[in-house]
Amino acid sequence: MFLSDAHVHKKYKVKQIQGDKLVRIMEMGLTPGSICEVIRRAPMGYPMEIKIRGYLLSLRKKETDAVEVSPI
Amino acid sequence: MSNQTINAQKEILRQPSTIALVGNPNTGKSTIFNALTGLRQKIANYPGITVERKMGTTIINGVLHKIIDLPGAYSLNHKKADERITYETLIGSYDHEEKPDLLLMVVDASNLERNLFLASQVMDLQIPMLMVLTMSDIADERGIRIQSQQLSNVWGVPVISINARSKKCDVQIKQALFEQGVATPKPFKWNPSKLLRQAVDRLDREWLSEHTQLPERARPIEALRLLAEGSLEDSFYQYSEEEKAKKLIEELQNTLEAQGENPTAVEVVQRYSFIGDSSEGSVTKEQRDEQTWTDRLDNVLTHRVAGPVIFVLVLLVMFQSIFSWATPFMDMIDMLFIEFGAFVGSSLPAGLLNSLLVDGIIAGFGGVVIFLPQIIFLFLFIYFLEGSGYMARAAFVMDGFMTKVGLHGRSVVPLMSGFACAIPGIMATRTIENWRDRLITIMILPFMACSARLPVYAVMISAFVPDKRIIGFLTLQGLVFFGLYLFGIVMAVGSAAVMKRIFPTGKPTPFLMELPSYKWPNISSVVIQSLERGKIFVTEAGKIIVAISIILWVLASFPTYEPTANDLADMDANRQISEQMLSTLQLNQSYAGTFGQWIEPAIEPLGFDWKIGIGLLTSFAAREVMVGTLNTIYSIEETEEQLGLIERLRGEIDPETGLPKYTLATALSLMIFFAIAMQCMSTLAIVKRETNSWKWPLIMFGYMTVLAYFSAWITYEWANTFLLG
Repeated sequence: MFLSDAHVHKKYKVKQIQGDKLVRIMEMGLTPGSICEVIRRAPMGYPMEIKIRGYLLSLRKKETDAVEVSPI
Repeated sequence: MSNQTINAQKEILRQPSTIALVGNPNTGKSTIFNALTGLRQKIANYPGITVERKMGTTIINGVLHKIIDLPGAYSLNHKKADERITYETLIGSYDHEEKPDLLLMVVDASNLERNLFLASQVMDLQIPMLMVLTMSDIADERGIRIQSQQLSNVWGVPVISINARSKKCDVQIKQALFEQGVATPKPFKWNPSKLLRQAVDRLDREWLSEHTQLPERARPIEALRLLAEGSLEDSFYQYSEEEKAKKLIEELQNTLEAQGENPTAVEVVQRYSFIGDSSEGSVTKEQRDEQTWTDRLDNVLTHRVAGPVIFVLVLLVMFQSIFSWATPFMDMIDMLFIEFGAFVGSSLPAGLLNSLLVDGIIAGFGGVVIFLPQIIFLFLFIYFLEGSGYMARAAFVMDGFMTKVGLHGRSVVPLMSGFACAIPGIMATRTIENWRDRLITIMILPFMACSARLPVYAVMISAFVPDKRIIGFLTLQGLVFFGLYLFGIVMAVGSAAVMKRIFPTGKPTPFLMELPSYKWPNISSVVIQSLERGKIFVTEAGKIIVAISIILWVLASFPTYEPTANDLADMDANRQISEQMLSTLQLNQSYAGTFGQWIEPAIEPLGFDWKIGIGLLTSFAAREVMVGTLNTIYSIEETEEQLGLIERLRGEIDPETGLPKYTLATALSLMIFFAIAMQCMSTLAIVKRETNSWKWPLIMFGYMTVLAYFSAWITYEWANTFLLG
């Protein structure tokens, strides 16, 4: 599954990042194996706010579509 | 023990040196810069791009040092223009920045892993540094304890922990530099795998060392970048024998892949994995279940319903305050310049020089200074909200709405500022990180109906729109007024949608916005930065504005009008009126007057005559000047002003038809024209500064004038057919 299908308040393990934005997304700490928690969604559904490596990061739909995760 | 692992250097600061601040955005880097330099700063664009160079000086132990605040970066893989400058400066290959002698590596203690990612890249470049940990109070609240000594041992550089929001953070840093000194980090502290290390070495040895001018210390990191990118396309170096390099990179990538490593990801993965492992000794995390301040505030401020409502309230308070605080200052500045002009005018002999000084130069400077209160007050709010962490939340909450119209969550505050004045609004777009989003926001911002349009609307509406009640308190005049504001917004949204399609996207940059922890910002840093914005406006846009003011003065003053015998006879009879008439005659036969006559055929379809044509030229100084020009053209005395002008406009008769010359159609057409035409030199001057090129202000002037022309034409035809026909 992808981060875009993830549920608020649930934790996920990052499996891999796809597409051409891979490096940038990983540089922000979303490396394979890292754990992220979905905190909330903005009023229109996106951006999505997640907690990763102890800080808060927001991603638009396109970016969440590139992050493959598995629920834990 | 620390002196064994760290080879500290203290002598380096006995010589004047260049110290660069490096770090992630939102780490307190700017606060440290402001504390170290105070108002001894110089901010200007780097040549050819829109990234700002922040330079200042500070004295450490009696020696004057240069401080550079390098653009905040998440990585040295230079995806964006500002990160690229940081990278190029650090490797010593950027022509427009000095090579730093030592670094202050700013690291957010509450967000250690991601901050150390950049730090580990910077350390590979082997520049002497001191690591400065900030935000330890926020880390404390989260139960994170960092052993500075342990961290220092792991990375081999001295580490200090400071509170960037305390007043004395500059003293703490100076003391640490003096006592602990700096140390040159060793490369590859992050233990890359043998395979990766071999690939880097081969690329360095077999190609980079011979075919680039990069210093030796910068080659491994460039090799890592090339391995990840897999191509030389993005490179800014002049490489020779690119074919050889491409073949070599491909071969190395294949080797990595054969061993199960993704060449694009391998560097990032290994750095993070080392950071994670190594922090076990230096960081202790207490599991705390209670919510932090940030969590509690976010539950309200980014709430689906409450979030947008609170944001609107914040905007309301913000603009109401700016309005009520700035107005008295603006009135005072206005009065001071008028008084000063009058004083100079009366103490020098009448004549051209007098007029140049008073109407050209002093009025021009006044036209610059008048913007300062709005700019400074707006930026006090912006820097306060930015420093507190709220701006990122506002962008988060609004982004969904704004992307629907092709903009960015961060476009909202600048666009709203545009309703007061486009200039501070355009300066405020600097908070939008993505260049394309920022450019589009700048390009549509002047459509927001600024306060300078009000006098023109007021005269035209009260002269030609019937004061008819429609429903309840709603009058036709009010409706037209509202319609003009709405029209501006519709044009802005439409233009943004078109620009989104035609502007080149370049490399897609992902939207990854950090939501920093809430904190009370350092107030002196907020004040310093706001004053710096004012300084930038006066020094960079100000000179363009004064220059154009003088040109406009020349156009209205030359050729000079020689009073005829008749005029002089009139003057004897009634001095007051004749003086008014003389300025009318002067303006009518000046270059501005000639210009009005010359463009009359072009503006006739819009319902404008040559008199309005003169106003279109002179109001380029500022939109409200239109009213003053019409006053002069119609020889309106100062005492009667607005009412007198309204009467004159209504009474103007077309000599050919014998009917009133200006009608409701003319008024609507003129207001529509003013709603969207780029009739403001100060806006163009600030666009030039913020985009660092004349290209964008010229495109702005062009497309807005064309849009204004056709909109006014359609309005005039429509009004003539349906309202008056």
